[in-house]
Amino acid sequence: MTSSPAVIAALRIGLFSFIIIGLVSLVYHGTKDKIADNERRALLQSLQSVIDKRRYDNDLVHDKIQLQSGGQTYTVYRARQAGKPIAAIITSTTTQGYSGAIDLLIAINVSGTINAVRVLNHRETPGLGDAIELKKSNWILSFNQLAIEGLEQWAVKRDGGNFDQFTGATITPRAIVNEVKHTTLFFQQHQHEIFQ
Amino acid sequence: MRSDYSKILSNGLWHNNQALVALLGLCPLLAVSNTVINSLGLGLATTLTLILSNFLVSSLRQFILPEIRLPLFVLIIAGVVTIIELIMHAWFYELYKILGIFIPLIVTNCAIIGRAEVFASKNRIMPSILDGLAMGLGFSFALIVLGGFREVLGSGTLLAQADFLFGNTAKNWKINVFDDNSGVLLALLPPGAFIGLGLLIALKNTFEQSNRL
Repeated sequence: MTSSPAVIAALRIGLFSFIIIGLVSLVYHGTKDKIADNERRALLQSLQSVIDKRRYDNDLVHDKIQLQSGGQTYTVYRARQAGKPIAAIITSTTTQGYSGAIDLLIAINVSGTINAVRVLNHRETPGLGDAIELKKSNWILSFNQLAIEGLEQWAVKRDGGNFDQFTGATITPRAIVNEVKHTTLFFQQHQHEIFQ
Repeated sequence: MRSDYSKILSNGLWHNNQALVALLGLCPLLAVSNTVINSLGLGLATTLTLILSNFLVSSLRQFILPEIRLPLFVLIIAGVVTIIELIMHAWFYELYKILGIFIPLIVTNCAIIGRAEVFASKNRIMPSILDGLAMGLGFSFALIVLGGFREVLGSGTLLAQADFLFGNTAKNWKINVFDDNSGVLLALLPPGAFIGLGLLIALKNTFEQSNRL
C-alpha cells in the first residue's frame, strides 16, 4: 500500500514537531537553573527593599505562607531573627487604581509599625500616577515606620486623612493607602496564624 | 551576484522596510518603542529571529511540502522564538522583564512568516540569511528612531537603563537632554507612538520624493 499524500504530510509535520520540541527542551534544560536563580534573586532584591537584611537571619525567600482573606490571596514572607518573628512581608494587589492592578509589597513589623511599602508593578499614567514609584518621588516613604494604631483614620487628604495626594492624581494614592490599610488589618487579624 | 546582495540589503533597510513600508509587526513596534534601549532589545531579538527562521526555512526547503508549508513555518518560528525567550530570561533578565509579553509575541510578527514565505522558502541559504539580517536591521532602525524620538520628548533622556542590555559598565551612558519632569507626556502614551510612526513614514516618503525630482 502506498501512503497517501495526506499521510506523508502528517508524518512530516510530526517529524518537524519532534525535532523542534527536542531543540526547545535542550535549551530549556540548559537555562532553567539560571532562570530559577534570576527569579529568586529578583524576589530577594524586592524583599530587601522593604526590610533591612541585617534584621533577619532566616531564608526569607522560602519561609513563606499563603493565606486567603476577603477574596484575596496574600503571600506572606516571614522575617525571623534567631527564630523569633521580626516582620511579615505581604504581597498584595489592588485594582482600585486608575489603570489595571497595582502590586504592592508591604512589610509590617510585629512591634506594630509599618516598616516600608513598595510598588512592584503598576500601569498608572506616566507623569501623574507614577509618583508612587520611589524612582519618581518619595511619596511611598510616608509609610515608613508608621504606627499601626489609628489605622482606621488612614486616608488621603481629600478623604479627610493625613496622606498627601499628588497634583492631578487622587485615585492612585487613595488606592494604595486603602490597600495598605486592608493588608494591615489582615495582618492584625491573622498575626498568630502567620507566625504559628 | 554582488548586485543581488546589495539589492537584498537595500530592500530590507529601506525600499521594503517591514515597519515603514510593509507596515508589519506594528503591535510590538508601537508598544515597546518608549525608550531607545527597549527598542534596541526588541529589535535585536526580532533580527535574530528573522535570521534563524530564514536560515532554517531555507535549509529545509526541500523537505517543506507546499501544502503544509504554513504550519511548518509557524512551528519553526515558534521554536526559534521560544529558544530566544529562554535565553533572554536567563541572561538578560532585567530587559526580559520589561519587554515581557512582547518577546513571545514576536511569533505573531507577520514580517517573520512573510519573509519565510516570500523569500527564504524560494532562495538559497546565504541570500536568505542576508535577507533576514537586512529586514531585521530595517525593523530595528525604525524601532530605534521611534524609541529615541519618544524617549527624548517624553522623559528628556537618551539611552536610559542601558545597563539592562550592556551590563554595569553602561550605567552612565544615559544622556540627559532636558531637565527632569519637563517631558511631553503624550510622547510616552500610546497615541505618541502612532503620531511618531506617522511622522516617521511621512519623513521617509518626503525624502524619497525630493530625491526623485
